Amino acid sequence: MAESAEVSHAPGHDDHHHEESFWSKYVFSTDHKMIAMQYMFTGMAMALIGGFFAYAFRMQLAFPGMDVPFFGTVSPADYNSLVTNHGTIMIFWVAMPVLIAAFGNYLIPLMIGCDDMVFPRINRLSYQIFLLSAIVLIASFFVPGGGFGGAWTSYPPLSAKPEYNLTPLGATLWLVAVALEFVAFLLGGINFITTAMNARAKGMKLYDIPMVIWMIVVASILFMASVGPLIAGAVMLFMDQNVGTAFFDPDKGGDPVLWQHLFWFFGHPEVYVVLLPALGIVAEIITTFSRKKLFAYRTVLYTVFGTGILSFTVWAHHQFIAGVDPRMAHVFTVTTLLISVPIAEMCFVYIATLYGGSITLNTPMLWALAFIGEFLIGGVTGIFLGASGADIYLHDTYFVLAHFHYTFYPIAIIGTYAGFTYWFPKMFGKMMDDRLGRIHFWLTIIPFNLIFIPLFFLGAAGQHRRIYNYEHFPDLQGPLMLGFTYQDFREIATYSLLVMLGAQVIFFYNVIKSWISGEAAGNNPWKANSLEWVATSPPPHGNFSEELEVFRGPYEYSHPDRDEDYWPQNEPA
Amino acid sequence: MIEYYLVAASSFARDIDMVFDVVFWSVAFWFTLTFGAFIWLIFKFRAKEGVPAQYITGEEKSQKKYISYPHFAVLIFDVLIIVMAVRVWYDVKQDLPPADHTVRVIGQQWAWTFVHPGPDGKIDTADDITEIDELHLQVDSTYHYKLESTDVLHSFSIPVFRLKQDAIPGRVITGWFKPILTGEWDFQCAEICGIGHGIMAARVFVETPAEHEAWMQQAMNQQPGQQSELQLAANAATVGE
Repeated sequence: MAESAEVSHAPGHDDHHHEESFWSKYVFSTDHKMIAMQYMFTGMAMALIGGFFAYAFRMQLAFPGMDVPFFGTVSPADYNSLVTNHGTIMIFWVAMPVLIAAFGNYLIPLMIGCDDMVFPRINRLSYQIFLLSAIVLIASFFVPGGGFGGAWTSYPPLSAKPEYNLTPLGATLWLVAVALEFVAFLLGGINFITTAMNARAKGMKLYDIPMVIWMIVVASILFMASVGPLIAGAVMLFMDQNVGTAFFDPDKGGDPVLWQHLFWFFGHPEVYVVLLPALGIVAEIITTFSRKKLFAYRTVLYTVFGTGILSFTVWAHHQFIAGVDPRMAHVFTVTTLLISVPIAEMCFVYIATLYGGSITLNTPMLWALAFIGEFLIGGVTGIFLGASGADIYLHDTYFVLAHFHYTFYPIAIIGTYAGFTYWFPKMFGKMMDDRLGRIHFWLTIIPFNLIFIPLFFLGAAGQHRRIYNYEHFPDLQGPLMLGFTYQDFREIATYSLLVMLGAQVIFFYNVIKSWISGEAAGNNPWKANSLEWVATSPPPHGNFSEELEVFRGPYEYSHPDRDEDYWPQNEPA
Repeated sequence: MIEYYLVAASSFARDIDMVFDVVFWSVAFWFTLTFGAFIWLIFKFRAKEGVPAQYITGEEKSQKKYISYPHFAVLIFDVLIIVMAVRVWYDVKQDLPPADHTVRVIGQQWAWTFVHPGPDGKIDTADDITEIDELHLQVDSTYHYKLESTDVLHSFSIPVFRLKQDAIPGRVITGWFKPILTGEWDFQCAEICGIGHGIMAARVFVETPAEHEAWMQQAMNQQPGQQSELQLAANAATVGE
């Protein structure tokens, strides 16, 4: 397989350092690094919108009926639209573009030692469709009737009939935006898999591929294998909304539960689609900053494949109480709890990697370690929900909400910050301010826990999700625990959110300041092994000045035969 | 643990709480151990001048056991949790003990309609008592519920009973519960059902046989349907605000 390296080294590709216009360099670029940055910053801009929505609905929950600054009063329709689009944005327009598309685009060619993606124009098309999908989604907030408010899961009949959801245009635009977004990532996925498998540098064997690249490849395969049913479902839902078909309409022989199967058959693997790249990023960072070889590389790799396959067999745990045959719950309880084995394995491997290391706690390492710690909480709280007997009570409560934020937040936010701060020197050629980075880290991670830990308790005490004002429920007003009332806990979560959102200013300030006046990074500031650190920072169009040859795996840190504590992959023995 | 926040007012509430507790203690044990090792390693192996990191591949059997032994332990806990969860699930959702009474529960945007049996003890007869957003039950009786929806998905969820079941238009879903404590409690619709989802509040009253009898007499004397319409109008007004 290694011989196929010349695929990407088309003749004449190395000597094309011609001047490019602004448009072809920044807007219609086919350079994988520019497309990665487009995905990265579009994703971050969408994260600001998603964060603003969270701010608006959490203010409403803490202070019902208040005139929320910069938003106004939150009506029930507004509230539903805010929670729906917060979820949709954070998963489809933040986690997906940043973790898969931005890091995948940036890292794959650089880490496997080739000059670009194998299909650069498909790559450009992928971003353009993605941008279009984001514009369609944003437009859906401003149409008559307002944005769609039927939850990010969009269950029919509510999502299918305007007379039920009262947002005829919003619901359709939401669906079109999601479908377009899937097209964008299908195109991206083709590119990622093909490039990683066919364009590797000379000598790079399958076991020499850095873990983050493997994880992105497996994630792309999962995405492509699971998204088909949902696209079919989306077409059916679109027809139900606009053409008058009745795929999900029980009055005319349809079945609303069918949608749930199609949605979650995609929706659960989707968790792993975004989880795996984040796990990969963390693997690169903890090996670099503990100067250790990744513990049991091959075991990790097989575990990733196993997790991928198993992730297709657990979807109906989202539907335990949805009216499916009760006997089905037994099967899905078993598969769901079994998936704890590979996930626990991954955590154990990372923790074992720390053993015997020489650990430096700088900003990227703090983020990577925080990922492990916080994700552990997300993992163990999932067991409660996977156990069918306990899920009867916990389903659709704030316990679920807190649980999946403890998985998605480490993935989408912590994983992104870890990767971004780690590769920032490569992306921009400058070092980030580590002190500001660490302040930003603590001011993000402490409030994050203070937002969601109270929500576990509210959920365990029987508070259900997606209700805009708990004043209608006298039982959810009284004392909860430790002298606090239910409402106190809602307020603690909201205040913590305000602190956390405010702290993000530090991050953007740090990015701009370091970009302009940061210390020059040099090619390999972290003394890391993988190939991207051979290129200049930032890498030019075409990435490498010479063809690379690979002699070993990416994690040969602190090898006993060497004086240096790292051993770049391309350095001859 | 759940009982600290909410009384266990149905016959199966304690069983569900027990699954929660078993899971809690299993994962608390694992989490403390793993998290403790994690934090300890971070402090123990901080970079020190002149102390190089060790070269450990993790590919040898003697090293791999540090991740494979914990695995077997995770599997054992998994099996324990699966057995507990499946048994409770079977009792609550799959098994259907014979009923003393049956109630019909109908979800609609955005209210619950409860059809209670009248003095004849049967539903779908002339003396049925229909109430909006108020469910009246007799303590220590086993109830079957017939759950329906007239429009979108709703979810019939009574936290003090640890009961939850989605309502699906076009289907009648049968389940059961048995209240064991008297009292009255709120419950919320648990599946988003449109802009009025947040006000789809209802209240359950679990009464002694005497109280239940009194309620039934009083309800029979009321003009049928009158209260229902008033309640629906009130809900509509709240949504419109």
